[in-house]
Formats: sequence, structure tokens, C-alpha cells
Amino acid sequence: MATVAAESKPKAVSRVNRFDSPWFNPKLVIGIVMLVLVGFSGIIGDQLWDPTLARVASSPLDLPPPWCPSTIAGVPICTSENVGTWDHPLGTESNGRDMLAVLLTGSPRSLRVGLIAATVGMVIGVILGCIAGFMGGTVDRVITTISDSWITIPSLAVLIVISAFVRQISAETMAILISLFAWPGPTRLIRAQVLTLRERGYIRMARLSGASTLDVIFGEMMPNMLPYIAASFTGNVSGAILASTGLEALGLGPTRIPTLGMTIFYANQKAAVIRGMTWWYVLPILVLALIFTNLFNIATGLDEVANPRLRGLNTKE
Amino acid sequence: MGGINRSYIVSRLLLWLLTIFIGATLIFIIPRLSPGDPVAAMVSRMMAQSGYVENSTAMIEAWRVKFGLDGPWYVQYLNFLKSCFTLDFGYSLTQFPSRVDEMIGRAVPWTVGLLTFATLVTFIAGNLIGALMGWRKTPNSVRSALPLLLTFSSIPPFIFGLILMFIFAFWLGWLPFSGGVDSQYPEGFNWPYIKSILEHATLPALAIVLTNMGGWALGMRGMMITTDGEDYMLLAQAKGLRPSRLFFRYAVRNAMLPQLTALALSLGLLVGGSTLVETYFVYPGIGWLLYSAITNNDYTLMGGIVFILILTTATAVLIIDLIYPLIDPRISHARR
Repeated sequence: MATVAAESKPKAVSRVNRFDSPWFNPKLVIGIVMLVLVGFSGIIGDQLWDPTLARVASSPLDLPPPWCPSTIAGVPICTSENVGTWDHPLGTESNGRDMLAVLLTGSPRSLRVGLIAATVGMVIGVILGCIAGFMGGTVDRVITTISDSWITIPSLAVLIVISAFVRQISAETMAILISLFAWPGPTRLIRAQVLTLRERGYIRMARLSGASTLDVIFGEMMPNMLPYIAASFTGNVSGAILASTGLEALGLGPTRIPTLGMTIFYANQKAAVIRGMTWWYVLPILVLALIFTNLFNIATGLDEVANPRLRGLNTKE
Repeated sequence: MGGINRSYIVSRLLLWLLTIFIGATLIFIIPRLSPGDPVAAMVSRMMAQSGYVENSTAMIEAWRVKFGLDGPWYVQYLNFLKSCFTLDFGYSLTQFPSRVDEMIGRAVPWTVGLLTFATLVTFIAGNLIGALMGWRKTPNSVRSALPLLLTFSSIPPFIFGLILMFIFAFWLGWLPFSGGVDSQYPEGFNWPYIKSILEHATLPALAIVLTNMGGWALGMRGMMITTDGEDYMLLAQAKGLRPSRLFFRYAVRNAMLPQLTALALSLGLLVGGSTLVETYFVYPGIGWLLYSAITNNDYTLMGGIVFILILTTATAVLIIDLIYPLIDPRISHARR
């Protein structure tokens, strides 16, 4: 949030007040705040709740959350023969993990994997996109062709196979593997942007006044591409979290640390649905939905920053 | 065939070949980069089961030859490319007498059936809803459905499947939990068998449809708003055309075009994502076969399935790219 505000400040030339910047639109702010909360939930949670309860056999098995009724109007909500206690406010699952501790340690990890993968993908994308856009000719054709064909490869299927071979995988390795499929999108986007911006007057001006190519890219082009880059980055974070959750949910992710996907994997493996242990899979699903919804909010917010027409459209409605 | 010329088709075909080539190379490289040798692993598993295996070194050698794992890497690579080209992936490592292509052949109809149906419904329903959202005369009650749909689409389909399972299989008991068909019915063209197939496909299909519809609706809504501002819409209105004609023939038809390109790109994601849906619903398609190949360390089967997935996705995208100029006459690949 801080960096976004700092960058937008000098540009706000004659606005009535500082908060009138398009970067302060509610969707973007809410999205970022919520995700920062999820990101820090581990650190805050460590102070409030014992993280070792996320380990196997640290708690009694199969306790429902104490506040959850077994049925509401005939709908089985939390079916269990055990009685929940407030020692485990969100219940426990069949491996003896405390759900609250699992969520607190697992949620920031999912976000982190997404951030690492998307950052690596974006860096590669910016480099390749700029090279392709600036150099043109054969280099451009090679980069475009490879990224065009790479983008059609069903990434999840290949990732599944890779993780199947690398049995013991760390969260970071998984993020790097996912980033193998996160670069073609940004590459295409940056290339297209460079191609349009290259012919603008101010870029020509900068080049004529002897600015080096790097200066032109980072000083003149990047600030104008920022909303697009950020939107594509958000999309990639979302995709990376989806891919990592998918791998974890197949039991192919990191197995030593609890993650949201792994929780769902065990819930499915131990038939939580048939046993009526709703809390086991609904809670991680809610956290994932929260993460994805807010990433989507950020993307829409950034879209409004990049595309003033959308802003006007919103006020009309 | 207005806009297409030969050089475009040739370059597009080359891109298709390149995609398949990259995919095949990935499948070849991945197992060889990772530690562990599938054949040795298999023999050691046999040893663990039966204590001691006679002539294990000779057996390892024989299996290497059998599965094309002998010789220098470039010979292996060429052999592998040849097997991809002929779609002949040899035998399954763990279910030895069955061949990989036969196993895939048995699974393909399930996946194709499920995905074709789910994709069509998603695409049509999503676009129709999106079109209604972007249409000025739509009542507000319909408009408020979009946030609901978008909430659904923020959940990955396989996870959403768990919730559907809870509602329709566990609580209401209307539909079966998992599987492809009830084994009590004789296979063939009879109503109980077909009914059982449909019942089993409903939940996985619903999981895909509900989670993917929101994205289509959102894109379509944006396109409809843009289209609505065009001059030809005003003219059509001024001519006094029926609203339904205005909606379908003038607005939807034009707004739909970019969605078709998106459809091509979404196919890759869909094929991968359906792996998870099939695994969670134990649906006997390609995705579930891939999952069982992984749990059994069946490397030849794995390679074969992923190659087939890459091949079908690339081909689907190729077909859409080639027919696109026929749908949208403005897109022309001819260099004039």
C-alpha cells in the first residue's frame, strides 16, 4: 500500500485532495488490505495461537467446532459423535491437527507461493517482453513464437508430472516450478505495450535526447505500463495459487508443512464429506475464496486505474 | 475462405508442431532430470514384496530395453519422439500387459463427454448471462446475479465439487458421490445405463459450469457495453427492429467474437483443471487415469497421458485460430 501511495503522490498535480487519485479506488484498497491481513495472519496468529497445534497428533481427533450445531432445520452441518471444546474453536481433523492453527499457518503460505511464482514469472516476462519489443526482427519472432506455443501447453498436467517425480518438494521449489508457466502471459503483454509506447512522442523525445535504452524502459515506459503490469501480476498470483492448491490437493505439494490444499487433500482422502465433517473442508475453502475474491478485487481496481473509461462507467451505474 | 492465405496456415501449423515438440521434450526431460530410476524402483518394490528377486540385474537390463531406456540419450530422445508421432507409448509400467494407448483410449470418451458438455453449457450460459448484464433493458433483479456468479468463480472447480457433493450427495442424496457409472447395469445402449452415466456426470459438470460461468459473464458484459455504444446499434434501433433481434443479431453476435479467442486459451486450463475434478469425483476419465498413474509411479502411462493432453489442447487452439477468420470477416490474415 505504502509504495502505491508514494508513487501516485508526485503525479497528483492539480487534484483537489490527495486521495482523489485513481489508485485509491475502494476495490483496490479493500483487496490489498484483506490480502495483507491474510499474509500477516501467520505472524499475528503465532502470538495469539499456538502454531505447534498445526502438527499431526497435537490435538484430539475429529472434534467439531463448539459453536457449530449438528443440524439446522434438517441440514446436517457438523455431524460428529464428539463434542467440541473451546480449546479448539474451529475444531480438529482426523490427523489430530487444530483447524485454527492449520488455517493460520497455511493461508499465508499459499499467498507466498503465489507471490514468488508470479514475481519470477513477471521478471522473466518484463525482460523477454522488452527484448522482443525493442530488438524486433528475428529475436522478436523467436520470443513470440516460443511464448505463443508455451502458453497452449496445459500447465497443470505438466506440473503434476514434475511434482510426481520430485516427491519431496519445498514450497519454494513448487513456486519456481509454477513460474515456469507464468512467464508467457507477461511477455506477450509487455511486448505489446512496448510496441505501442515505442512510437509515442515522449518516448521518441527521450531517445532523441540521448537517453539509454534502459533509461527509456525504466524511466519512461515502466510508469505508464505499471497498471497493466500490476493487473497481469495479480492474475498470475491468482493462477499460481490455483496451481499450487491443485498440486497440494492431489497430495503432490509440500507434505511437511500444513497448507490449505493439503488440508483439502486429507479431507477428501479421509472421506470428510461422507462423514459429515463439514468444518474440515469448508473452512479452507472459505479462506481460498477470500484470497481469490480479493485478488479479483485488486485486478478490477487496477483495471479502473489503467482504463479511465471503466471508472466513468461505474459512476453512471 | 476470405481472409486466410496459405502462408498463415503454414505458419500456424508450424506453431502447432512447435507446441507439441516443446511438450514432448518436456515429458522426455522431466523424468531424466529427477533423481531415481523408474525401473530400479520397480525392481526394488518387487524385492520388498518377495524378499529376493532372481537375476535382478538381468531383469533391469531387459526392462530398460523394453521401455526404451537403454542407449545414449539422443537415441532415447529420437525413439521417444517417434513414439509420440505414432502415438505408440508401449506398455504400462505397473499394469504390464495393458498398453498405454489402450488405457488412454478407454478413458478418453469419459473426459471428452464430460468436458464437451460442461464447456458448451458454461460458454453459452456464461455469455448469455453476461450479455443480459450488459444490456440496458435488463431488469435489475437479473443484474444482481453477477456478484453471486463471481463468488462461485473465485473457488477452484474441484473444491467447489466437494461442496456440491455435500449438498446433493450427502445431504439431499439425489446424486451419487463419485464414479462414472453404476456397475450393476449392463454396458450398452439401454436407459438405466445411460441414466446412471448422466447422474454420475451431473455433479462434476455442475462444478465446472458454475465455477467458470462468472468469468465468461464478466468478459461478455464488458463487450456488450462497448457494443451498445456503436453507431450501428443506434441505426438498428432507429429502424425499429424487434428487441430480440437487436439483442441477438446485432449486439450479442458482435460482442461474442473476442470470447471465442478466450475460449481457445481457456481450453488448456480446462483440460488441466478437469484432472482435479475427475480425481475428486473418481470419474474414470483421463484426469483420474493421470492421477492413478502418479500414485502407482507408472511413468510410461504418465508420459502418454500428458502428451495426449498437450496434443488435444494444441489442436483445439489451432482449429479455433483457423476458423476464426470465417466467423469474423474483419480478422484477415492475408497480407495485402
